[in-house]
Amino acid sequence: MFLALRELRFARGRFTLMGTVIALISILVVLLSGLSSGLVNDGVSGLKSMPVSGFVFNEGTLKDNAFSRSVTDDNQLDVWREASEVSQAEPMGVNIVNGVTDDDTQIDLTLFGVDPDGFLSPEVSSGNQIVGANEIVVSETLKDSGVKVGTVFTIDRLETELTVVGFTEGQATFGHVNIAYLPLDTWRLMAAGVAKPGAPTDAQIAAVDFPFASVIALKTTDDSVALPKVNKEAETITMSLEESFNASPGYEAETLTLSMIQIFLYAICALVIGAFFTVWTINRTHDIAVLRAMGASSRYLLRDSLAQATILLVSFTAVGVGLGVAMGAAMPATMPFDLETAPIAVATGLTIGLGLLGATAAVVRITRVDPLRALGGLR
Amino acid sequence: MNHNPIPALELSDASLAFGDGDEQVSALDNISLTVMPGEFVSIVGPSGSGKSSLLAVAGALSPLDRGVAKIHGTDLSRLSRRELAQFRLHNIGFVFQAGNLLPSLTAVDQLRLAGRIAGNRKVDAHRLLSSVGMDHRANHRPGELSGGERQRVGIARAFVNNPSLLLVDEPTAALDRRRSHEVVQLLAERAHSDNVAIVMVTHDRDVLEHSDRVLEMVDGKLGAVSVV
Repeated sequence: MFLALRELRFARGRFTLMGTVIALISILVVLLSGLSSGLVNDGVSGLKSMPVSGFVFNEGTLKDNAFSRSVTDDNQLDVWREASEVSQAEPMGVNIVNGVTDDDTQIDLTLFGVDPDGFLSPEVSSGNQIVGANEIVVSETLKDSGVKVGTVFTIDRLETELTVVGFTEGQATFGHVNIAYLPLDTWRLMAAGVAKPGAPTDAQIAAVDFPFASVIALKTTDDSVALPKVNKEAETITMSLEESFNASPGYEAETLTLSMIQIFLYAICALVIGAFFTVWTINRTHDIAVLRAMGASSRYLLRDSLAQATILLVSFTAVGVGLGVAMGAAMPATMPFDLETAPIAVATGLTIGLGLLGATAAVVRITRVDPLRALGGLR
Repeated sequence: MNHNPIPALELSDASLAFGDGDEQVSALDNISLTVMPGEFVSIVGPSGSGKSSLLAVAGALSPLDRGVAKIHGTDLSRLSRRELAQFRLHNIGFVFQAGNLLPSLTAVDQLRLAGRIAGNRKVDAHRLLSSVGMDHRANHRPGELSGGERQRVGIARAFVNNPSLLLVDEPTAALDRRRSHEVVQLLAERAHSDNVAIVMVTHDRDVLEHSDRVLEMVDGKLGAVSVV
């Protein structure tokens, strides 16, 4: 690193210019990572927090937005409950509705109809769990909209009134819409189209014969949901929890778009670094020829050049990540943006790793520099 | 002069050509040369006469087409590319045109780098710079040095790893007459005081008086030998 450090100091203008480009790319990488995490959480945080191995959808359901499209019945549920590989299976209703709070605030809700005594019933950070037919537990993020325990939501058109009794632990959203957990029977009442205006009652629920749900949530013995025999018998398809993310509204399109932008950014980083070190190495060709004539080994020269690239990449990526995190922390709360350590660490690692790959491809030309050039370019 | 029986440099029937067919140019045409330790040999000749090719062969930078090149008895043709680099590192010093110093390094760092390349982190760079009268400019980069000063630093750098053979390429090309004499005189003194064999190629006939032996090269042949 003897030469590397001195060259960094000597040509600090050029290296700072290059470093600024690296820092700007790193800022973009962090912001994209935060946006990606934010969109993922906004899209599927409700699913991610569920203690399930996967979901069962009716056979033939289109993958896109499958939670809203699928309809499963109790016969299919029975088949799954009897499967030896399945430890628990519960029906779950899903649909998105418009609601109005008692202070006339319009808020969209994703209704997750679950068995209040089952494994899908959410943990609450404040308030109580759902018990009564008119009770809902909503996403903690709704507190920002002024929702509190006791707030009554009136569901658009049905005029069904649901009362908030608790908040989930952390964000619980699906398809960028806050989730409201309610009893499955209440969900069925509304899905059957027989709910009357006002708070649902036990008598109304008892009168409904609607043995349907959107999906069946599974807990399997080995967390695998690849069970073709059961699927065939129940005429269903299964998706693991991860796979089911793509079945939520817009998730795949959003994540693919952001992933593509990130991949392009990594490629740009590698190419920009590669181009810089190519030009830098060409500029140093005569100096390298002198060093090789003096007896410097290719290994020594490569090690020194890669150390230089590493110092440049690590230091300016750190600056960029720091600035990116600071900018991310200042993002408005309404923006789907989450700074999560693991994705930022991966993005940082990839920026440095691919940048080094570009630099390596460029500085390898050192090994091809003919020491004869030091004598004035013979042959 | 030292009468060590092993020559520092020994070329026997050495030939080297560039190009193919009708375009072939003979850079070294069956030449033989022996330089003993402590001897300062100058080679003069017009451009394209093969002086630099001779330096390239003697410096283990270019293999011969025919003949034998030995440095301190080691036949260079028997060494791999990697071994040649190692051999240069520990046995051969170069003084290039205009010093060929690295622009990012101060004078003292030029010498330290030469030592580090050879795995020696304890180079007494200031002593070496003092020996060429350059210690007062130790912390200056090449851009802040005159042509003569750069050449002196280049000479000090060439001695860092205690070479037994020093190859000098047109050391006075960018210097005025007074500086040219100072630099070549310095080389001659080092050859004799350190018992180092020096081969210098030059256009500059004014500085030959400091040499022990002068050879003339024309069209790849080592011609008339004159004693200065």
